[in-house]
Amino acid sequence: MIDVSGLRKVYRDRGREVVAVDGVDLRVRDGEIFGVLGRSGAGKSTLLRCVNLLERPTEGTVTVAGRELTALGEGELRLARRGIGMVHQHFALMSSRTVAGNVAFPLEVMKVGRAERARRVAELLELVGLADKAKAHPGQLSGGQKQRVGIARALAGRPAVLLSDEATSALDPATTQSILALLKSLNRELGLTILLITHEMNVVKSICDSAAIMKDGRIQESGAIPDLLARPGSRLTEELFPLPPAEPGAVTITFAGQAGEPVISQVVRKFDVDVNILGGALEEVAGVAAGRLRVHLTGGGREAALAHLTERGLLVEEAR
Amino acid sequence: MTWDEMAPLLWEATGQTAEMVAWSTLFTVLIGLPLGVALVVTDRGGLLPSTPLNRVLGLVVNIGRSLPFIILMIAVIPLTRMIVGTTIGTTASVVPLTLGAAPFFARLVETALREVGDDKVQAAQAMGASRTTIVGKVLLPEAMPGLVAGLTVTVVALISYSAMAGAIGGGGLGDLAIRYGYQRFETPLMIVTVVVLIVIVQLGQMLGDFVARRLARR
Repeated sequence: MIDVSGLRKVYRDRGREVVAVDGVDLRVRDGEIFGVLGRSGAGKSTLLRCVNLLERPTEGTVTVAGRELTALGEGELRLARRGIGMVHQHFALMSSRTVAGNVAFPLEVMKVGRAERARRVAELLELVGLADKAKAHPGQLSGGQKQRVGIARALAGRPAVLLSDEATSALDPATTQSILALLKSLNRELGLTILLITHEMNVVKSICDSAAIMKDGRIQESGAIPDLLARPGSRLTEELFPLPPAEPGAVTITFAGQAGEPVISQVVRKFDVDVNILGGALEEVAGVAAGRLRVHLTGGGREAALAHLTERGLLVEEAR
Repeated sequence: MTWDEMAPLLWEATGQTAEMVAWSTLFTVLIGLPLGVALVVTDRGGLLPSTPLNRVLGLVVNIGRSLPFIILMIAVIPLTRMIVGTTIGTTASVVPLTLGAAPFFARLVETALREVGDDKVQAAQAMGASRTTIVGKVLLPEAMPGLVAGLTVTVVALISYSAMAGAIGGGGLGDLAIRYGYQRFETPLMIVTVVVLIVIVQLGQMLGDFVARRLARR
């Protein structure tokens, strides 16, 4: 649905070149929620703004829903943008308009007739749970309500893709969860593809199907979350399930999806080993139960036990 | 001078001042508003960046603002004659008043527009809005409280300029104060004229503040 290839963005600042995005390839599949995780300054915001060409990439191509945006002229680009919704960290609502007026704005841009506009605005406010706030002004709303207006506005043109620029970063934890739940339900019910950037691990954990970790303008790793969890030395796993540094001989077992099975007790019974659990974490990520366990395995059947675990599809890493 | 003698003079002069200020306000807005918008959109990082155009507009505005009004008034006399056909009277004074106030108002418009968050402009761009839509439906409405406040300051400045215009035969309250109050030592009339001016400025400022506050409260 979104295809970013060889993307570079270089800013010139008083003769000095600043590389904000340094050769990024990204593929967001139809209907998934893709999260780009990174600290501030990692270039993720620039990357997102390059996707709808708010920033024109220095190099590389961006294709959304089969159209290569980087090849379009200004007029065509304006039309193409109407099929891409965007929500903003600080909501970017117009204080001179009511809630309904804000949601109606993109419809006015699209020259939708007055009656149809009113109908659609009512429908959208219903969708985000703000039907009773139509006549309020943004100044009278809470942060979470403002972001709901932002989301309703972004959906006005029935976009196939939604870009979310730190949509929950200005919100408190409870409100963040409710906005994330809304995004997830829109993703499920409307089949909306969502590309979001965030610095909050929690956002990736709660709603993303795929993720990429970005640092210094580059993607460090990227893919479907269960795949990333199964990858040795994955930074995402490290971020999701932080464990203290492993001492020599300790074994780290990462599982994604198999957490429901009593693998450890099976190993103990089947092989002649003792298991001492040093630490661990378990959570539901991308719809599957996943986690990491740090253990000491001792006894004659140690090698066989580790081989068995690997065979079961668990990621087994031994610290030396 | 008795009150009965003063009243018709004051009444006429106030009417002339109102006429000068009303017309020059209208033309000031017609010239200053587009000029202010142009200053913002042609700036670096604006909607339609053009450094040469921005420099030229900035220069024009600065020249207009650096001339003391009393000098500008005399300097533009040929232009006034070309446009109005005469250089004295209330109508003629509208030309220098407008030229004096338009650059001033343009700067105030520029400041008000810059107050509108960049994120709102970008949100509109992300929705596929054209530049004219962004100026007309985002920048100007969002800047409205600031624009009204700027207009109020401009009108007050025009009232004070218009008093000077009296010096070149523009009529109005300033002219009255100079001719009767100063040259004929009619101190009571001078005082009444000053009071009338203070009241007009106060009322104008209060009205402007009220409207700006109403708009900003939303």
